[in-house]
Amino acid sequence: MQFSGRRRKVITSPQVELYGQALQFYGQPPLENMSLSEFESFAVDRLKLLKTIENLGVSYVKLSDDYKRKLDNESRNLNFPYRPDAVPDDRKSQVGPSEYEKRRKDHISHFILRLAYCQTEDLRRWFIQQEVDLFRYRFNGLQPKQKVEFLHKNNLQYDTISVEEKKTLQDKLVNSSHNVSGITVEDQDFYKVPFQDALDLVRTRKVYLKAGYVYIPHQDIVAIVLNDFRTRLSKALALTARSLPAVHSDERLQPLLNHLSHAYVGQDYSIQKNVGKISLEQIDSLSVKSFPLCMRQLHQALRDSHHLRHGGRMQYGLFLKGIGLSLEQALQFWRSEFIRGKVDADKFDKAYAYGIRHMFGKEGKRADYTPYSCMKVILSNLPSQGDHHGCPFRHSDPELLKQKLQFYKVSPSGISQILELVKGMHYQLACQKYFELTHSIEEASFSLNHPNQYFIESQRVLGGGKDIKREVGTPQRSQENSAARGSTADREAAAAANAAKDLPEMTEDLDSFFQDA
Amino acid sequence: MPSSGYDAACLPDLLPLYYRRLFPFAQYHRWLNYGGVQKNYFQNREFSFTLKDDIYVRYQSFSTQTELEKEMLKMNPYKIDVGAIYSHRPNQHNTVKSGTFQALEKELVFDIDMTDYDDVRSCCSAAEICSKCWTLMTIAVHILDRALRDDFGFQHLLWVYSGRRGVHCWVCDEAARKLSVAARSAVAEYLSLVKGGDETVKKVVLTDPLHPFIRESLAVVERYFPQYALHEQEILSRKESVDKVLALVPEDILFLFQCCIYEGNKACSRASRWKLAVIRSLCLQATAKKGQHFEKEIMLQYCYPRLDVNVSKGVNHLLKSPFSVHPKTGRISVPMDLEELDTFDPLAVPTISLICEELDRPRAAGGGEESEDVKEKENEKDAAERRKIRDYKRTSLAKYVKYFDQFLDGLALSWKGELLKKSDLEKDF
Repeated sequence: MQFSGRRRKVITSPQVELYGQALQFYGQPPLENMSLSEFESFAVDRLKLLKTIENLGVSYVKLSDDYKRKLDNESRNLNFPYRPDAVPDDRKSQVGPSEYEKRRKDHISHFILRLAYCQTEDLRRWFIQQEVDLFRYRFNGLQPKQKVEFLHKNNLQYDTISVEEKKTLQDKLVNSSHNVSGITVEDQDFYKVPFQDALDLVRTRKVYLKAGYVYIPHQDIVAIVLNDFRTRLSKALALTARSLPAVHSDERLQPLLNHLSHAYVGQDYSIQKNVGKISLEQIDSLSVKSFPLCMRQLHQALRDSHHLRHGGRMQYGLFLKGIGLSLEQALQFWRSEFIRGKVDADKFDKAYAYGIRHMFGKEGKRADYTPYSCMKVILSNLPSQGDHHGCPFRHSDPELLKQKLQFYKVSPSGISQILELVKGMHYQLACQKYFELTHSIEEASFSLNHPNQYFIESQRVLGGGKDIKREVGTPQRSQENSAARGSTADREAAAAANAAKDLPEMTEDLDSFFQDA
Repeated sequence: MPSSGYDAACLPDLLPLYYRRLFPFAQYHRWLNYGGVQKNYFQNREFSFTLKDDIYVRYQSFSTQTELEKEMLKMNPYKIDVGAIYSHRPNQHNTVKSGTFQALEKELVFDIDMTDYDDVRSCCSAAEICSKCWTLMTIAVHILDRALRDDFGFQHLLWVYSGRRGVHCWVCDEAARKLSVAARSAVAEYLSLVKGGDETVKKVVLTDPLHPFIRESLAVVERYFPQYALHEQEILSRKESVDKVLALVPEDILFLFQCCIYEGNKACSRASRWKLAVIRSLCLQATAKKGQHFEKEIMLQYCYPRLDVNVSKGVNHLLKSPFSVHPKTGRISVPMDLEELDTFDPLAVPTISLICEELDRPRAAGGGEESEDVKEKENEKDAAERRKIRDYKRTSLAKYVKYFDQFLDGLALSWKGELLKKSDLEKDF
């Protein structure tokens, strides 16, 4: 992409061709010139859209009416396409940007964000997840005819099975999926697709699988398309990452791209501000007063059985790092507890100490792992037999959860409020409610998305606001230090202090937007 | 067959003997080389060794079978793990530009560990196993083997006894070796039915319609359930175990179910009591929609295989090698012949002490062997090779190596086609 200071007029006819379809796989990058300010505003708007998608995905069932409505609104507000049946050069029936202009914005902004989000595994994973969800929502909005058109235009040619085979497999097909009835089998074509191309359906066992092929009715072809989209995007990001040095050499782009990729995470609690301020003796009482339920549970399990399995050690160990335990303290903490169990000092040093040092970035590839956010705890690494990690609001039986809350002296009305939220799958809100009840406050002043955030907020409430001063006083680290992902001090200082002068106004808005989220 | 008293302290002496005269290097290399269809497949494979005093070394790799033998004899590993095939030789990974050294392919693997069933077995816990709970492994192998073959279309599955308390499965098909992380994770999740940790009471929840995979798996579980759960594990006999079962029964029929279990204590067999309870409860429930599969859910929670998804997900995950020794039990990780699955006895698997002892036994009176001796005098190397082959044949290890050979013969058919294709292409030029 070339960038000039002035906006050039765009040639219409070939572009109309380019944006003839409402939905695209983003196979071809944009080839036009544009202004730097448009570049920035497009990128920021798309990021806002993706952030919305992430939040909606946690609070609502994807593609439910509420979800779609909210996403429609957000798309409209940000001037992204939201009605797949609008025709590209129809400028009369709408106020504001035309459908064509919205699609152009969609196309360009996607590619800009690729530049920002291709650099690390975490960034890629996040970006791909949100783009897949966005794609799913848009594909879902297409008419059946448009869906077929889309398939053909994008070379997804899969074979259909014969009528005889359909008859033979009828019962199995019907029993494999909610959507498939006897009538579906009779009326629709069924496609035979290699299972590697339909992983989402295989993973959730929503499809009939035989000899390595899944049998999909025409109506469900979306899962295949999504899989394809995900794979293509993943490969594209890997390629993009290799050409990044060239992009970064353009001084106009580097600051913006760095800021974009830092903004998504919000605080990641990777830079420990309070190292050594917590003593090991305090942990038991802190676990009762200031730990979120998941960590309290892990701590309790650790004290009870003098052991935690890998998933629990990771989740809890990183959390402890985030609240300020030093490596030496962590080693002492885990060692003294494990020794009380079946592990002797030698075995601990051989088998477990390595893992703890690894967590602190002192072994292996020396990556400094960040404490898990709520999203990560809820969605990944499901606990199984013998595990105590995960999110209790998500992974515990409601009955057991209720008993636990009763044991922790939460009021009956509080408990039923929490259980209501759990039923509605609002796990983070349930945890927030737990916070409010255990700290006797009406309404939390924050939106919970990280266990370490819970801890900090709790300490703030209990300590009467002393913590705040420490954070604001930290000197601002500007974008020269692009290697550091410690955006905490960065963003807060940028918002509070006058360093905003160094960044374009756009990015200051970005900051405040994400702090409210 | 009793195993010689195994003492871990003897490992330093037994291992060299094992590696020199018994470990089936030729077959092992034949396996991992996969016919030489892909260049450097064997050379780029990562092995890891655990040496004496728990010293762990990764990124071991070898150019040839001979080099592998030499190194193993030199290092005398207590444990051997097999990892992925990388983009470069693992033992040179430090010389490769950071970011370009990557795990490319590996067999799809599964690890079933008995400790994951501790909440549903009463005879043993943790590292112990016995013939009563081993049925869980039998069930697991039946179910997973069927699913991997019939549902996923894989053909070359190697099931291996881990040496202590579980089994591993190595899916060696080319398509399996090339699977991405996402695909492996999807396969593992498709195969998972038991979900939840200590905090979850009801770990299996079924909804209509029942997927054909669940039906097939249930068919296997139902075959074993009466004998295994009702008789051997006696889940309905003692109060604590009955309570655990009752915790999984829906409230609306709990009372009826309980009565059926407790009544007829003397008269009915346990299997009949169970059946009776189930039938009566289901009749009562005929119109209710929720909880109508409770008896299936209970059977699955007690018997269905519990996999560790993390083992199967990673392309670079290292897993214990077949024919490796388990340092704590001394047992060899032997391949399992599925034709004899139901009679497989983990406690009869030969230990390293046993087979080393069998080596020392005087040669069986077999005239045939003597004349062979005479014929093969020429080539020293060949003779050593043949001696080694005759060596393991004299031990209890023989039948397992033979089975491994059969497995490899089947696998070889798949790469013969590939090699023909390749040579055809070359001739065209």
